[in-house]
Amino acid sequence: MSSLLKITDLHVSVDEKPILKGVSLEIRQGEIHALMGPNGSGKSTLAYTLVGHPKYEVTSGTIEIDGVPLNDLDPCERARLGMFLAFQYPVTIPGVKVADFLRHAVTNIRNPARKEGESLIPMRDFRKELKDRMEELGMDVEFARRYLNEGFSGGEKKRMEILQLAMLQPKFAILDETDSGLDSDAVRVVSEGLRKLAGPQMGVLIITHHERLLEYNVPQFTHVILAGRIVETGDASLAHELHNHGYAAVRQRHPAEAAEEQEHQKVTSKAAVVAN
Amino acid sequence: MLTVTPSRTTAFDVDVFEQFIASRREPEWVTDLRRNAFEIYRELLASELDPEEWKRVDIRAFRPEKFSIPTATKPAAAFDTLLADRAEFAGFITHIDTVSSPAKLDEELAKKGVLFGSLSELVQSHGDVLKPHLMTRAVTPDADRFAAWHAAFWTGGTVLYVPRNVQIEKPLYSLLGLATDGAADFTHTLIILEEGASATLLEETASASSTATGLHVGAVELLLAARSNLCYVQIQNWNDKVWHFAHQAGRVEASASLQWTAGAIGAKLAHIHQEVFLDGKGAAAEVNGVTFASEKQLISYYTQQTHNAPNTRSDLLYKDVVRDHARCVWRGMIKVAKDAQKTDGYQRNDSLLLSETCRVDAIPGLEIEADDVRCTHGATCGQVDEEQLFYCMCRGLRRMEAMHLIVEGFFQRVYDRIPVEIVRETLGQAVERKLGIS
Repeated sequence: MSSLLKITDLHVSVDEKPILKGVSLEIRQGEIHALMGPNGSGKSTLAYTLVGHPKYEVTSGTIEIDGVPLNDLDPCERARLGMFLAFQYPVTIPGVKVADFLRHAVTNIRNPARKEGESLIPMRDFRKELKDRMEELGMDVEFARRYLNEGFSGGEKKRMEILQLAMLQPKFAILDETDSGLDSDAVRVVSEGLRKLAGPQMGVLIITHHERLLEYNVPQFTHVILAGRIVETGDASLAHELHNHGYAAVRQRHPAEAAEEQEHQKVTSKAAVVAN
Repeated sequence: MLTVTPSRTTAFDVDVFEQFIASRREPEWVTDLRRNAFEIYRELLASELDPEEWKRVDIRAFRPEKFSIPTATKPAAAFDTLLADRAEFAGFITHIDTVSSPAKLDEELAKKGVLFGSLSELVQSHGDVLKPHLMTRAVTPDADRFAAWHAAFWTGGTVLYVPRNVQIEKPLYSLLGLATDGAADFTHTLIILEEGASATLLEETASASSTATGLHVGAVELLLAARSNLCYVQIQNWNDKVWHFAHQAGRVEASASLQWTAGAIGAKLAHIHQEVFLDGKGAAAEVNGVTFASEKQLISYYTQQTHNAPNTRSDLLYKDVVRDHARCVWRGMIKVAKDAQKTDGYQRNDSLLLSETCRVDAIPGLEIEADDVRCTHGATCGQVDEEQLFYCMCRGLRRMEAMHLIVEGFFQRVYDRIPVEIVRETLGQAVERKLGIS
């Protein structure tokens, strides 16, 4: 039976300001969903909320995997249940080797009951597996010995996220603008990488402005988010239309959300002025 | 019912000193050194400690009279050491409650004239070799109260003498142990490398129990003749009932190279005065520090890199992790003499604070009299980054596990500078133990 990630009427605030205002979404393992929307509409907020970033406060609504509520679980527990976020801006962890980091991560994800100090997966098996995945993604195996994201280029960081996705094989993967800030070669590499990985065992939510990632990974569903609500859902052709024509038509079809969006932007820019 | 034990009087007064001298039966030159040092000690006791060095280190709770130099030889205690069982050593010696075990030394090295043994024995058998070096150039009794106290009462310690052009490939090992409650250890480490010699000495301190109180008033002297190479490591791993005071200095002659790694894990309160002197043209010193203080520990370093000759290089990197109510103090200074042109001096201290209640004071400093030098210093201080923790947790690591990984990563940059694998591993292991994950 395939797993289901179910988001119901999700309301989320950041610093007591409402950002998501009732998002509902169902993603099954094996499905690819695209989430598109203008800047500030709440795409990244949804991504961070799903994996449990403490800054994002769920004021109402639920997130469940196969009926198990995630709302009160910390990011580690969610990861062990199969959630994964490929970060838009992955952090650097100085002095921690990619291989060591991933060996801890893989052990925990495959053995969700593991406590710290309990044994890690055998080094030999792990090394081989890591080497195989790196070669499949066209990565230099030397990267395994480097410190996590330290001195990595933008493209290398994104590729490292995809490598982690490959090693952890989550049930649900959220890709937060994994294709942003990359040259077209790098976009191709991560797009192909994702295509190899996404299969019947993975539900994927792709947050993107670009079309390239979606060309390689054609979504069955495209959702448009505006001012914290999903206002339209369609198929791949909707993503295509948004890419070619922008959000003007969407705003016209949803004048109430468009007005909210404008209001929100005014408040934000005023706040920025005050802050300056 | 209360039982009353007779309280000790001041343990380090004239009477005690005279008894101590009488018990040692040492050559006259040694006794003279001690008497001279004891006079200086008495004078310095009456004066204030250098406020620049001590103002952040509160030793008001320190009661010297609670400690005494053990007189009876106790059966050997078991020590849970980090290094002792780890590797093949070219030489091996232990000093438990100031009593030295017979040193073991590779026969080939002994034939080449290498001396490795306890200071107490070697002042008797090889006084001519030691006399020019013992507390004459690196650590002198007039340096401060603790140096003088040590010079008057030193109890033994490890001596390594390597003759000209003799290279020792394998590391040598020295253990300083405290076993008896209230024991005072005044061990002295003296390393003399003649021209072109090279050696590695790994030294660690350990307590036999977690409850025995103790005192260490130590000194380390590292004397490197021209073109010699020394790697010296001291891992201070007493229990948290031990007071640790040490005066440690290295003197590096022309084109010689010193790599010095200090690990500070244990002690109730530790204050180390550590100096490197670059005395000859082209001399180099690299100083590494790994400090991890927890509970109510205070670990303090006063470091000096003194450039006395041109084209010399010094590079100090200290990393401290502080947790609970612990405190770390680092006061660093680079001094460049007028003639030491083309000096390249560097010092850096990075601190990671794991609690709201811990504290770090890091104060770098420069005193430069030459005009063509490159000297840089820096200090950073921060808490574990919440975004790093979040990222790790998103990959299935629990918060504590993530914290531990980040701490180990923080120290990694010091480990990266240490060429001896066993030292990197041992420091890593000591940190893991303290984190409670091994």
